[in-house]
Amino acid sequence: MQQYEVVIVGGGPAGLAAAIEARKNGAQSVVVLERDRELGGILQQCIHHGFGLVVFNEELTGPEYAERFIDELMKLGIEYRLETMVLEVNADKTIRAISPNDGMIEIQAKAIVLNMGCRERTRGAIAIPGFRPAGVFSAGTAQRFVNMEGYMVGKRVVILGSGDIGLIMARRMALEGAKVLAVAEIMPYSGGLTRNIVQCLHDYDIPLYLSHTITEVRGKERVEGVTIAEVDENRKPMTGTEKHYDCDTLLLSVGLIPENELSRGAGIQLDPVTGGPIVNEAMETSVSGIFASGNVVHVHDLVDWVTEESRRAGAYAARYVQNKLVEDASVIASRPGDGIGYVVPHKVRPENLNDKLAIFMRVKEVFHDAKLVVKADGEVVYSRKKRHMAPGEMEIVQVDAQKLKDLKPAELLVSVEGGETVHV
Amino acid sequence: MRSGPYNHFTGSRMKRGEMYDVVIIGAGVIGCGIARELSRYNLSILILEKEGDVADGTTKANSAIVHAGFDAYHKTVNGQMNARGNPMYDRLAAELDFPFQRIGSLVLAFSEEELVSLRELIDNAHVLKIPGVEMLAPETVHAKHANLSQEVRGALWAPTGAICGPWEFAIALAENAVENGAELALNTQVTAIQKTDAGFRLSTAAGGSIESRVVVNAAGVYADIIHNMVAEPFFEINAKRGQYFLLDKSAGDIVDTVIFQAPTKAGKGVLVSPTVHGNIIVGPDAEYVEDREDLRTTGPQLDFVRQAARQSVPNIPFGMNITTFAGLRAESSTRDFIIGPAEDVPSFINAAGMKSPGLSAAPAVAEEVVKHVAVALGGELKERKDFNPHRRPAAHFAESSPEKQAELIATDPRFARIVCRCEYVTEAEVVDVIHRKVGARSVDGVKRRARPGGGRCQGGFCSPRVMEILARELGIDMGDVVKDGPGSYILTGRTKAVEGGN
Repeated sequence: MQQYEVVIVGGGPAGLAAAIEARKNGAQSVVVLERDRELGGILQQCIHHGFGLVVFNEELTGPEYAERFIDELMKLGIEYRLETMVLEVNADKTIRAISPNDGMIEIQAKAIVLNMGCRERTRGAIAIPGFRPAGVFSAGTAQRFVNMEGYMVGKRVVILGSGDIGLIMARRMALEGAKVLAVAEIMPYSGGLTRNIVQCLHDYDIPLYLSHTITEVRGKERVEGVTIAEVDENRKPMTGTEKHYDCDTLLLSVGLIPENELSRGAGIQLDPVTGGPIVNEAMETSVSGIFASGNVVHVHDLVDWVTEESRRAGAYAARYVQNKLVEDASVIASRPGDGIGYVVPHKVRPENLNDKLAIFMRVKEVFHDAKLVVKADGEVVYSRKKRHMAPGEMEIVQVDAQKLKDLKPAELLVSVEGGETVHV
Repeated sequence: MRSGPYNHFTGSRMKRGEMYDVVIIGAGVIGCGIARELSRYNLSILILEKEGDVADGTTKANSAIVHAGFDAYHKTVNGQMNARGNPMYDRLAAELDFPFQRIGSLVLAFSEEELVSLRELIDNAHVLKIPGVEMLAPETVHAKHANLSQEVRGALWAPTGAICGPWEFAIALAENAVENGAELALNTQVTAIQKTDAGFRLSTAAGGSIESRVVVNAAGVYADIIHNMVAEPFFEINAKRGQYFLLDKSAGDIVDTVIFQAPTKAGKGVLVSPTVHGNIIVGPDAEYVEDREDLRTTGPQLDFVRQAARQSVPNIPFGMNITTFAGLRAESSTRDFIIGPAEDVPSFINAAGMKSPGLSAAPAVAEEVVKHVAVALGGELKERKDFNPHRRPAAHFAESSPEKQAELIATDPRFARIVCRCEYVTEAEVVDVIHRKVGARSVDGVKRRARPGGGRCQGGFCSPRVMEILARELGIDMGDVVKDGPGSYILTGRTKAVEGGN
């Protein structure tokens, strides 16, 4: 049994940030376990620009963004193991993993940070009717083929879902000479960032059909066409609204799901809304000493926020192993109110906060000129007017920690107040 | 259109133009079962399959149930074959190493009328000597099965009901048949059959010609067309489509036995069952289709299956669906299995009309067909001394104990390289299924044998890795790797950067 203070499961942006911060905060032995052949996670295939505006105040590509952290990890001499697949994480903080170099590995950790990221929802998850030919790809898989393997996945493309990877891939496929015929989105608003709608669709004259979905996939061997139709308010396709496209490829960008099979195995409580662990201010899960951050907890819109959240998780994990984390503190329940889908963290122990409590959340609908309000047992501790909020973009509020320490409320409620809901 | 690395197993006699003793048309579970039974004897055997892999028709899309046998009427061939086939599975599973579990089955009744039909089924079971079939009171049902509907008024319990991996079974049968000398030609569609003095001459779509003394027709939904090529028509096959949901393993504990609904005038109902891989399967509906390749799922029928399943299991978590699919049942106009020689062509032996319980009956059907083949070849068949009933075993990493896993990794480090993160399939297993006797030649072929892509991400992460391994092991370009059949190409060319020489 090998011993480490902090074991990081996953070497993507979340794991890298958590490892670096754990070390900087005094953890002596830190190891990153990564199942892929290199560090960096999904960033390695995100060759477009747009990363780092928050963290570095400049626009980087995915690999460049990852490189900054990988460089720092190396400089700090933090140990990492590639092609290392974690099979089991247990509540007693033992880990079983395998790798071609080391064989079967058993580790006893003092603290663990879970950074497994997320995976894409599939065609099956949304039960798209029709044949099951080749040529139906999740957008991320297509991105891997195009950007990592150097192969094109189609010539005439329809995309279902307006998540960011789908939008990015619409542009990527167009740049590679494919004809992107349409993007269909079942919701009345886009699931992606506004900047991606503009830069990836508008700039390439790719039509976006909101409140539309795929009703049939044609082609027995390879996709030969798809039918899209408008949906009613119950998201059921309306007959008579069908549009047929001859295409050889259907890309899906229909949502991301936090990958928590290991968390379940460890008996960690999950939030049914986010699909990720229930966490406290330290990004600690329901199992003491097991932390989690990044897309394994909830799906972020920008990698910069994954970094921010994971730095906290890494720092708190280091504090945990040094017994500097107040465990038996008073707990504030943090809850989503009107207009809010979820909030992270779910629980707050004010004693462990530094100067601010960051709450990450998603709104449920598109709002214009509404207020984002946080109330501590009814008392407003944060309020800010927002010109535009949309489910495709994460909202962040910073609540003054001292206020919470003073008030010691039982509950923090985050809500949208006023403004108007907008159907685009 | 691209063509994959096909016709890999083309029969050697076929190439030399020699005559076979037996040609079997169709490499589904019926054809492969017959081939494996025949391979016990000193015979030259060739299996012809129009698709690019074995088990690529009805065998790959059905409920995966080995029925106890109470359902099919005792006076039918269906009923007799099912009752005989079910108990044969334990030994086959041990010899051939395919997934098989006797988890029992329940048939739920929701009304007095349905209880009456359950009693009829129990009577039928007694005639067929199906062991252990009994009626359970509603309290007993609810005590043991918390997720079943409160509306259940009683249930038939059949302890010998079982689940299996149908394509793993068929692939295992084919492999073992080939290990024992049978030959297999894929992508070989029979277009005409001619009577000759010595037997038959079969023409293939590719222009080839094959001679055989006996022909066995196991052509599934095409069995009538094959039959009518050489014999007087007397039956028709109608394709009856059934649609299914497959739920993620995290829904796997919602039921722990096969849950049927009592047959009514409206039909046989929809089943909810665990699969041998820990998923939950829900389906099928029943709908005649014109096109015998029409494997479409449709919105309204999927809705019907959802609704019908909720009658048995109200809280079935369809949000955990990982895939939907459709299969075609080969339903004969005679309403029963057709097993035996064509009346006017005695050396042409049908194994047709194999709708449910075709999978359950398959081992018994194979034995029956062997008897008919023996007669057609003029008497006793000579047993091979070197027949080996055991398929070369394969390692299953995910199901192994940690100690066994460590051992596997020590023998081959490729066991430590996980290709499929959902099902924990290792590179060693993928390589093995490519190099086995009836090896995988496509992404779906690998999936059917080793399961990468059969999990919740449905190949999102692993398909590039599987393609890379297929390309490497077969010595082809990754761009030529197909999903399943020859037209199912995945990639459409290189990107500009690669083409430009970067």
